[in-house]
Amino acid sequence: MITFDDVVKVYPGGGTAVDHVSLELPTGRTTVLVGPSGCGKTTSLRMINRLISPTSGRVLIDGQDVAQQDEALLRRGIGYVIQHAGLFPHRTVLDNVATVPVLVGKTRREARAAALGLLERVGLDPALAKRYPAQLSGGQQQRVGVARALAADPPIMLMDEPFSAVDPVVREGLHREFLRLQQDLGKTIAMVTHDIDEAIKLGDVVAIFRQGGTLAQVGTPQELLADPADGFVAEFVGRDRGLRSLSFDTAADLPVKPVPDDLELDGAGRPVGWRKTNETVPTGGTFTKTDSLRLVTDLAILSPVGIAVRVGEDGAADGVVRHRDLVDHLEARRSS
Amino acid sequence: MNLSYLFDITHWQLDTAGSIPQLILSHLWYVFLALAIGTAIALPAGLYIGHTGRGSFLAINAGNAGRSLPTLGLLMLMVTLLGLGLLPVLIALTVLVIPPILTSAYAGLRSLDQRVVDAARGVGMRPWQVLFKVELPMALPVLMSGVRSAALQVVATATVAAAVGLGGLGRLLIDGLAVNDYSRVLAGAIVVAVLAVLLDLVLALTQRWIVSPGLRVTR
Amino acid sequence: MITYLQNNSEVVLAALRQHIALALIPVVLGFLIALPIGYLGVRVPWLYHPLVNVCGVLYSIPSLALFVFLPVLLGTKILSPLNIVVALTIYTVALLARTVADGLRSVDALVIESATAMGYRRVRRLVDVELPVALPVILAGLRVATVANISLVSVGALIGVGGLGQLFTRGFQLFYLEPILVGIILSVLLAAVADLIIVLIQRAVTPWTRFAGSRA
Repeated sequence: MITFDDVVKVYPGGGTAVDHVSLELPTGRTTVLVGPSGCGKTTSLRMINRLISPTSGRVLIDGQDVAQQDEALLRRGIGYVIQHAGLFPHRTVLDNVATVPVLVGKTRREARAAALGLLERVGLDPALAKRYPAQLSGGQQQRVGVARALAADPPIMLMDEPFSAVDPVVREGLHREFLRLQQDLGKTIAMVTHDIDEAIKLGDVVAIFRQGGTLAQVGTPQELLADPADGFVAEFVGRDRGLRSLSFDTAADLPVKPVPDDLELDGAGRPVGWRKTNETVPTGGTFTKTDSLRLVTDLAILSPVGIAVRVGEDGAADGVVRHRDLVDHLEARRSS
Repeated sequence: MNLSYLFDITHWQLDTAGSIPQLILSHLWYVFLALAIGTAIALPAGLYIGHTGRGSFLAINAGNAGRSLPTLGLLMLMVTLLGLGLLPVLIALTVLVIPPILTSAYAGLRSLDQRVVDAARGVGMRPWQVLFKVELPMALPVLMSGVRSAALQVVATATVAAAVGLGGLGRLLIDGLAVNDYSRVLAGAIVVAVLAVLLDLVLALTQRWIVSPGLRVTR
Repeated sequence: MITYLQNNSEVVLAALRQHIALALIPVVLGFLIALPIGYLGVRVPWLYHPLVNVCGVLYSIPSLALFVFLPVLLGTKILSPLNIVVALTIYTVALLARTVADGLRSVDALVIESATAMGYRRVRRLVDVELPVALPVILAGLRVATVANISLVSVGALIGVGGLGQLFTRGFQLFYLEPILVGIILSVLLAAVADLIIVLIQRAVTPWTRFAGSRA
């Protein structure tokens, strides 16, 4: 666990970057620090690996004050990923990834062998190992940055706007990759972003900072969407937060109606389309119990007949949901 | 350190032939002539190559080639070919001015942000307007660094040119060495060094004056 | 010209040898001196501008003036080759100290930050990351210094020690074109070869620069 204990950072120029922040980042989880520019989120992140020292207060890792530890050794145990990756231009991809293992005393051969495995782990073709960073695309560079941070298998990872320098399509892919990796690795991650959607998508815990370096609210994405602490958070989280909050509820306890007759099924009971007078129109997609209510809503809106179709694990249709069933469900959930 | 020659008041009379002020003036005159002729040749050529991209190979390598020419050899070659006098020396000095100015004019234009040049075309400037209103003003910092290094090269080589009979401050050095008058040699060395440093300073101030402040605020 | 070379091969070779020594010893010395000075100009930020200015002033002193002035400072004889070596070393330092500082300053701040965050200590970070990344800039400066030195040595002939420059003074005194031409050609060739060698070294030690700019 990383703990901020009443941390203040005042710059010599007089600006207060971080103002009495106390925060706990749970072990094995992703905590996203988010807020407008100049809110102290990056300063806070950089105090964890002592790139910046607090003016007062303490930053603790598992109860140990980082200020008491040897800077370089502390940092070798913390992975660090930044925007544009900050790769070493003079080293090959492989040697970039091998950097920290070599620093902590592994032989170059060992470090390279391990690095090769890591490249695959972050979804990079091992054929890229001999290339230099300048020969990679932005998305590839960012993956190398992540692999480099993971190389010494540090329990903690700090990520400063890691995905903001790549285009939206690539970012989408990196997000998926990130969630998959984190599911496997269970690192304690502190990530900074200015993008609230990214924070909600990737964070187990989201800490919203406001200008002046104070914390506006800390909570799970669901909590922030459902119950913003004040106008600032509500504004920052965005207008369609009600709809977005549905992303975090699964369709597990959503009641379904029996499959109606005008849904055409194939031999295995899988939905083919809706029978109209003289044609069959596709359903436009199906959902399972593990999908989100947001997807169900989306399917019901897009469906030519206003009905979302649920399928079981075998792909066979086992129920349907209409617009008004959804509204009833949400209504019932709110009053309970 | 024997500074008696330098501080002897009789060597500072403006109207005495061979006095230090007269030598300074003639030295500056040679420098000015070579710079003016060299710039008149190299600047249009460099701008043309930079603007059109034709002949880049020449412009890129001129600087390096010019730097590798041994100045003393060039002077003595010219004088041996053409005889004593101002003309052969002036040719040699001019040859040394051309490469740095050619290369810097070219590099100055080439280093420009092409988006700005596109924008200038986009707002409807004609080619010569693009060159004189956009490209040249923006290339000035690089161009001026070429002019400064050309000026220093000429000041130094004009000094050496005393060995092939040119006037100017080199006379103090060459004549002093010939008659073992070390005090005179030292006076020449000091005056020419100060002159070079001052000239560079004047050019640096000129650069500051003619370069738009908007180009100075980098990073 | 061929006959001149045949008849005077020993003189020419001796001049060439002296020329190489007078030009290249200062390059090596100057490079070694410029490294710490340039680093200091980056490490102590307020030193950078004074450093640039002092280097500029030193570099602008005409060579002949510096050659004849040094005996006063060093107590050497005016005809001593040491004057040439010291003068050219001063020029090399003036050129390279600034280049080293500019090279180190050109290293992307993000790269330095990444290195620090990964647990590099200062000295190792300098050797492993900052210097290698700055190397293309530094080597470009080294090329300029080397070529300039090779052409400057000849001026030393006016005070009796000038490598190939002695061929110029001899030809000039005898009004004889051959030695002057031979001297110029050898001097330019020497500069070209030295330049080429540095380029080849640069290719070998900075392979990544071939790809720079292939992506934004």
